[in-house]
Amino acid sequence: MLSKRIIACLDVREGKLAKSVRFVDTQDIGDPVSKAREYYDDGLDELVFYDITASSDQRNIMLDVVEAVAEQVYIPFSVGGGIRTVEDASRLLWAGAEKINVNSAAVQRPELIAECAYAIGNQNVVLSMDIKRVEVCREFPSGYEVVINGGRTPMGIDALAWALQGEELGAGELVVNSIDADGTREGYEINLTRMIAEAVSVPVIASGGAGKPEHLLEVLTEGKADAALVASMVHYGDYTVSGLKQWLHDQGVKVRLKY
Amino acid sequence: MLVIVDYDAGNLRSVQRACAKVGMTAEISADPDLIRRADKVIFPGVGSAESAVDTLHQRGQFEALQEVYQAGKPMLGICLGSQIVLEFSAEGDKDCLGLIKGVVSKFDFTDRSLKIPHIGWNEVEIVQPHPLLKGIESGDEFYFVHSYFTRPADKNDIYGMTEYGHPFCSMLGHDNLFATQFHLEKSGRKGLAILAAFATWNGDSQC
Repeated sequence: MLSKRIIACLDVREGKLAKSVRFVDTQDIGDPVSKAREYYDDGLDELVFYDITASSDQRNIMLDVVEAVAEQVYIPFSVGGGIRTVEDASRLLWAGAEKINVNSAAVQRPELIAECAYAIGNQNVVLSMDIKRVEVCREFPSGYEVVINGGRTPMGIDALAWALQGEELGAGELVVNSIDADGTREGYEINLTRMIAEAVSVPVIASGGAGKPEHLLEVLTEGKADAALVASMVHYGDYTVSGLKQWLHDQGVKVRLKY
Repeated sequence: MLVIVDYDAGNLRSVQRACAKVGMTAEISADPDLIRRADKVIFPGVGSAESAVDTLHQRGQFEALQEVYQAGKPMLGICLGSQIVLEFSAEGDKDCLGLIKGVVSKFDFTDRSLKIPHIGWNEVEIVQPHPLLKGIESGDEFYFVHSYFTRPADKNDIYGMTEYGHPFCSMLGHDNLFATQFHLEKSGRKGLAILAAFATWNGDSQC
């Protein structure tokens, strides 16, 4: 039986680890490579790195991080942030990433998903969606809107429609990131996650809001997520990856315990 | 010399790095003559069987791989590489290498909670011993990413089974060839253990 995955999300700014709260006030919290290694040794299932470097001329630093991680960590990891072309994606894969995450650039130009899927395979293209709660109306029948720029720019696109379009264009997995929940540690947005997980036929990764083990349990069962993204709760040492997985196992969730 | 066959199918450097980690120096090459001269061959791969087989033909690698197999040299297939060793794939209705008898079929579920591709960590049940599986126990988990699965015709060629909607063959082999549907290079220490065993394997499938 397939295990539910625990994925640690590392925000990287100019080669250093950063953690955002509602996408503002980022602070440095260490070296992404040693952190990745620490989680790998502790039984993590997968990693995702988001490059939140502001200026494009600093982006090549990320390739060095990816190379260094790939030499130490033998589990899948994906990289997102600033991917606008197939060439950007290919460079990251060649440096050692297993998959790439597209987000804002795909909202602005959806063909990017299809282009990447054709060039590197659907299974290696993850569509990451930043989503904000809105009033249910004709424009937003799901009650959720797609946003970009870390939540600052609403795009006028219904979140569920975008998830279905992303799948259709060739995304192999979807990250459902709730901007309302991100960094709050008050729990994932369960309704949003379940709505999308039930509508698409590709795996869904829940993101934003994890603060307690109960939140993971909730989103992996009630929320129907295939994987849960964690950040703050492990980065600051409040919980360990192995501790979280053991607890989930004790609650009856199928997770990988032998590694 | 260990050669990783380059047929434009996926991240070969990940496999090369994992080889280095277990002490194997591997050369990535598309050259059919170099593949023929290799002592050992790994053919990894992601993507579609259809384009993979076309590329193998265009580059003259198709016959080279068949010759390497006939010569009894240790061979390791990973993911797509475990599918194209069979005779036929439903992906593009392609005739494949035919090193092991059997076919490749697509997952097809009515239960929508079973997502396709099958992505993530899943358990492998060992159904018969193999020299490459010394460090592995039944129930160990490996990382899978695939929509098609192998169906060897002879059950003696099946070494491992995994459950996803139904049981399917996740490890297969015949004589000097062994192959895994899961990604050895992305399956943590368990994956590296199989790779490490391949490093010293002489191609004899008897334990």
